[in-house]
Amino acid sequence: MTELRFGQAINKALADAMAADESVILFGEDVAEPGGPFGVTRGLRKRFGELRVRDTPISEGVISGAAVGAALSGLRPVLEIMFMDFTTLAMDALVNQAAKAHFMFGGQASVPMVLRTPHGGGLSAGPQHSQCLEAWFAHVPGLKVACPSNPADAYGLLRAAIEDPNPVIFVENKALYALKGEVADDAGAEPLGSARTARVGRDVTVVSYGATVATALQAAEALSGDGIEAEVIDLRTVQPWDRDAVLASLARTHRLAIAHEAVEAFGVGAEIAAAMADIGFYELDGPIVRVGAPFAPVPFAKTVEAAYIPGPDDIVRAVRRSME
Amino acid sequence: MARTTRRKKDDERLALYRSMLLIRRAEERLRVLFADGEVPGFIHLSIGQEAVAAGVASALGPDDTLASTHRGHGHALARGMALEGFFLELMGRQGGICGGRGGSMHVADTSIGMLGANGIVGAGLAIAVGSALAHQVKGRDAIAVAFFGDGAMAEGALHESLNLAALWKLPLLLVCENNGWSEFSPTERQFAAKLSDVAAAFGVPSRTVDGRDVEAVAEAAAKLRREIVGGGGPRVLECTVHRFGGHFEGDPQRYRDPAQLAELDRHDPLALAAAKLAKAGVAETELTALAAEVEEQIERAVGRARAAPPPPADDIAGLVYRAVP
Repeated sequence: MTELRFGQAINKALADAMAADESVILFGEDVAEPGGPFGVTRGLRKRFGELRVRDTPISEGVISGAAVGAALSGLRPVLEIMFMDFTTLAMDALVNQAAKAHFMFGGQASVPMVLRTPHGGGLSAGPQHSQCLEAWFAHVPGLKVACPSNPADAYGLLRAAIEDPNPVIFVENKALYALKGEVADDAGAEPLGSARTARVGRDVTVVSYGATVATALQAAEALSGDGIEAEVIDLRTVQPWDRDAVLASLARTHRLAIAHEAVEAFGVGAEIAAAMADIGFYELDGPIVRVGAPFAPVPFAKTVEAAYIPGPDDIVRAVRRSME
Repeated sequence: MARTTRRKKDDERLALYRSMLLIRRAEERLRVLFADGEVPGFIHLSIGQEAVAAGVASALGPDDTLASTHRGHGHALARGMALEGFFLELMGRQGGICGGRGGSMHVADTSIGMLGANGIVGAGLAIAVGSALAHQVKGRDAIAVAFFGDGAMAEGALHESLNLAALWKLPLLLVCENNGWSEFSPTERQFAAKLSDVAAAFGVPSRTVDGRDVEAVAEAAAKLRREIVGGGGPRVLECTVHRFGGHFEGDPQRYRDPAQLAELDRHDPLALAAAKLAKAGVAETELTALAAEVEEQIERAVGRARAAPPPPADDIAGLVYRAVP
């Protein structure tokens, strides 16, 4: 076991994947010489050389399309888009090209690319540098979406994403980069689509992913003081998401809350709630409740942003409502 | 045959002619099939532009790749896509090259480096950039070709692609089929610059050739390919062509001058090539025999497609993801 920060675990996953497979290459804005805006790719240029680790111009459209073309021609590109907000400029490549090539070419080819991108608020980065847009990508058939909550999962899921023959959007919450955690020295790929039980509990299931898992755990501790034991499920992968794990937990607790940092409306929580209202209907003893950001852009000022991002109290309130 | 010995040049000319003829006859057949309701959806024909596809394809090496456009039948066929898989796909039948998931705007055959026609104007440019990157990283003796129309010149994709390809000296040939029309609008009303000027601004050498002349296209493409694989970085080949039909099949083209439409025959690349072949002494009977052979091949493919059932509809989601090994 080695203690690594979340960003270091990602760096290690990239390095190990590049060492294991020559066709893995890395490019993005300021990822090579500068080592990435958050330092995540530091040292990789030096270790793997300028052919495989490249700084790109600020051209999200063409670098994303180039990742598709490279993936169709024998490489496994890992592309970084500096902020998830900037994926708006890459949408054609991701939605119309990467996601559809395997399908629309009749299975002839697949697009084994990974797009790493940070989401999330908390840095007063304002409306265009803070959004959590993962639901957009989860809505597009052909894309996979991972969003780890801790260093070990960041490592394992990124290894799996790079090995996956399909395009994977790998979402990293900026607030987690400094988070420390143990990563096994012989860690390998952690399959996409499999949830993890972050906390065992009998009274209510709280489903979450990414940085909100920690918020859900704080809420669970608060609830525990009142005798309510929450089971916290860390989805780890938003697309595909682990229905079996959520349903199995619901079958034990009979109550369900879903929490994420993204805007609540039309979000990942809505999909999970709808699916469980259907296949888990007879397990439910209360309403399914969602916790997400209000239907507003991420605000700048610290106090306003803090009020905007769902916190433990919001989850506690939601859980209580599910138990009324 | 009039002569017992023939020159290599004549064989090359004949091969280029055959490639153009195959595209022409296949698209003429598609036009009828479309009118008869046997080809669903939208199709965009390249009639009048065949010399570009045939000429460029003749210059490519076995590992070269190409990304195409919505007007991509010619690029696919010139690169060697099998006719049967092509017609099965466009007619929406089982066994189509894309399993009935793609159709005209997405025909692809990755086994021959054909990375897809594309329904998004300009999208193939970035894909070709990435394919060229793969050739460079893997050290292949190969280039990537990006076909695009003049309608794509106003897309940011062209400008971003030129910049990145120039910065990274990618083995990329950007081939513009400049037919003067951006869908339903004349390109002079759509694009303020000249492609050669844009290329020059990025330090990318370009050549403009008469895209009606298949030999001129073939020679230019071969020369540019040599420069590219020699490490010269990207090149632009602009081919001026005439789009004989509408933007899409069924387009009434009310926006075009009838007088101009009436004289398109003068710009027919096939007629120009046939005249050259005649001048070189290739007998007309040889061209007639070639036409009969091409038409027979096409009819066989159409016949096979008509006899084929529709693709099964019981596993629509089956091709969305490739299974993780």
